[in-house]
Amino acid sequence: MRKRMFSLVLCAAMMAGMVTGCGSGAATGTAGDAGAAESTGAAAEGTAATQAAGGDAGKVVNIYCWNDEFKARYDDYYASKLPDGYTVNFITTPSENNAYQNALDEALLNQESAAADDKVDMFLVEADYILKYVNSDATMDIKEIGITDDDMSKQYDYTKVIAQDTNGAQKGISWQGCPGLYIYRRSVAKEVLGTDDPAKVQEYIKDWSAFDETAAKMKDAGYFMVSGYDDTYRTFSNNVSAPWVDADLNVVIDPKMEQWVEQTEDYTAKGYNEKTKLWAPEWAAGQGPTGKVFGYFMPAWGVDFVMAGNSLEKAEADGGKQEVGNGCYGDWGATTGPESYNWGGTWICAASGTDNGEIVADIMKTICCDDETMKKIVEEKNDFVNNKTVMEDMAKSDYSSAFLGGQNPLQMYCDAAAKIDMSKISPYDQGLNEEFQNCMRDYFDGNVDYDTALQNFYTVIKEKYPELKTN
Amino acid sequence: MAGKEKNKNKVSYAKWGYIFLVPFFVIYIIFSLIPLISTFYNSLFENYRSGLTQIGPTFVGLQNFVTIFQSDLPKYFGNTLILWVLGFIPQITISLLLAIWFTDLKLRLKATGFFKTVIYLPNVIMAASFAMLFFALFSDEGPINDLLISMGILGVPFRFMSSVWGTRGLIGLMNFMMWFGNTTIMLMAAIMGVDKALFEAAEIDGAKSFQIFTKITIPTIKPIFIYVLITSLVGGLQMFDVPQVLTNGKGTPDRTSTTLIMFLNNHLYSKNYGMAGALSVILFIVTGILSLIVFSTLTGGFQHKKKAGEKK
Repeated sequence: MRKRMFSLVLCAAMMAGMVTGCGSGAATGTAGDAGAAESTGAAAEGTAATQAAGGDAGKVVNIYCWNDEFKARYDDYYASKLPDGYTVNFITTPSENNAYQNALDEALLNQESAAADDKVDMFLVEADYILKYVNSDATMDIKEIGITDDDMSKQYDYTKVIAQDTNGAQKGISWQGCPGLYIYRRSVAKEVLGTDDPAKVQEYIKDWSAFDETAAKMKDAGYFMVSGYDDTYRTFSNNVSAPWVDADLNVVIDPKMEQWVEQTEDYTAKGYNEKTKLWAPEWAAGQGPTGKVFGYFMPAWGVDFVMAGNSLEKAEADGGKQEVGNGCYGDWGATTGPESYNWGGTWICAASGTDNGEIVADIMKTICCDDETMKKIVEEKNDFVNNKTVMEDMAKSDYSSAFLGGQNPLQMYCDAAAKIDMSKISPYDQGLNEEFQNCMRDYFDGNVDYDTALQNFYTVIKEKYPELKTN
Repeated sequence: MAGKEKNKNKVSYAKWGYIFLVPFFVIYIIFSLIPLISTFYNSLFENYRSGLTQIGPTFVGLQNFVTIFQSDLPKYFGNTLILWVLGFIPQITISLLLAIWFTDLKLRLKATGFFKTVIYLPNVIMAASFAMLFFALFSDEGPINDLLISMGILGVPFRFMSSVWGTRGLIGLMNFMMWFGNTTIMLMAAIMGVDKALFEAAEIDGAKSFQIFTKITIPTIKPIFIYVLITSLVGGLQMFDVPQVLTNGKGTPDRTSTTLIMFLNNHLYSKNYGMAGALSVILFIVTGILSLIVFSTLTGGFQHKKKAGEKK
């Protein structure tokens, strides 16, 4: 009997311990929340003292994105304007393998049931899959939150058209244009071609046959014309005659895509490339001080956001600066290259059901429409902004890019932007582009023949998009 | 008083036995049985997401199974088995060797405890980080290639991730490194469970080490050996994290390192619950058959031993 009493007491003690454990945990949680609320209040210095913690519900702006490019723009050009009492959260998911889209879809589908502070307010999309969101109810017509035609009057037309749904509602807005150029290494141009003048270098790569000849010269001199298999991809994929997917959801391999495969196969066999993979460390190293690659096809964001950082001898993380003399920063030039093309671009969408429409609209107006801010973005960040007036002015100004050895490449970008046609995109482009490049690697590596690679491509896209049909 | 107490005890002991079993069954039903049944149920539906639009669920009977058998399923099954064999053969060989050395009293090995810990260590690292480490080490311009070139073994970097057997070899190597410690310890336990008198008797009868190994050690540890084999095979069929991380989820080159579970994962990426369910059911059946084999071998093995004992 005594034994049983003893065990009962033990059990009771254990239960009590668990209960108190939970209790104290909850208490700490509450205290933590209160602390957080206080610190938010403290951060928003100057807010009316009456603003209670409860009143802040929904004043959290959630922005979904896949890297920190937009966050950098936001921090530099909008953060200081954010009204008191608001908090901005960036929810970042890398875009590879559709991971970003899947995370975003999940959030958007739960939008209605989400707590006010967890609702998606704004999200970023790329050209490769913008149509999926434009033609859905997940995005709002931005005119509803106060962006007018007038605000968007200076923007490049293709950036507006791409973000309109079938009824003409404007579902997104962009601050940048992404016409691409060929960015070459000046020292190599001088050594092999005898000149580093953009206009003269352009003569050597004015079309694909000239490009081939120059590639052979580069090879003889110990350089690579392009870095890897994927580097010329966008110049072809952006000039296709029809979208990847036709009206009946059949996947169509465009002749331009076949041309890319042929060219890359040829370049690989002849040793014109270094067999790297886009974004891989070896690919990035080719842009560095010891790189052997003559040039890269890059839009403005790629020059600023990717190449400038990669070109440094002493990385920024180690205290280096983006300045001439650090690595091969400044040893680059820009020229049009064999074909005009567009690569990427980021559009901002307002999520349906947002409870912070005014903040979303204000961010859009500031970063995508305001002349003053956009001009600063060009001057300070070398981005190509989506504002014809600003760009044409800057192209004629004495603006110069230190990274490009003092060149003013803006007129070339403007000319290329005028030629961009984005009507041949499909909602499936990200998955299809990524997997096409990926599956063709096996062919270029010599592991399989072209037909097998193509078959693998069909297999993998049917896994990704079960509704697509292939032959 | 005394009789009463006795009665009470009888009743309550049995009751407590059941009560202590309840948590297991509750947890099993919620977290294993219900998902298992719903997987079967889901496999009969067309159910996926196209962009932001949900397609289905529509009942399609066994259509998903037909589609999956028409796909590259045999190829992925083959890949999985090849990758498993590549890891298992060196794993079982080295483990057996080490287990015998560690348990052999004649060798008088020192610091076996230390070595046992060291060989077990790779298993402690998370498979994903282990694969990331290998990815970095064996990349086109990674340290291994640098080393091989500076030692003069290679002229140009060997592109491990672009070669079928390079990639498969790395996966096999990783699985071997992660699991041979575990297997060694299991086999050691098996060998130590064998009556020492058997070994001594064999020695006195003039048996050589190799004879003792083939005639005494192997037959006596056979049940554990088969257990190791089948659990490793079941684990191998579910191989996922190492090839997934090493090939960045692509199963490259030419999908030759795509395992069954990576194939499953690909379907889950488009939220294709129907196809994923069907594939899971197939895997369940295969694993179930393998488990039955191990069960019958183990129980059959013990019965055989008992009979042998009786005869004596």
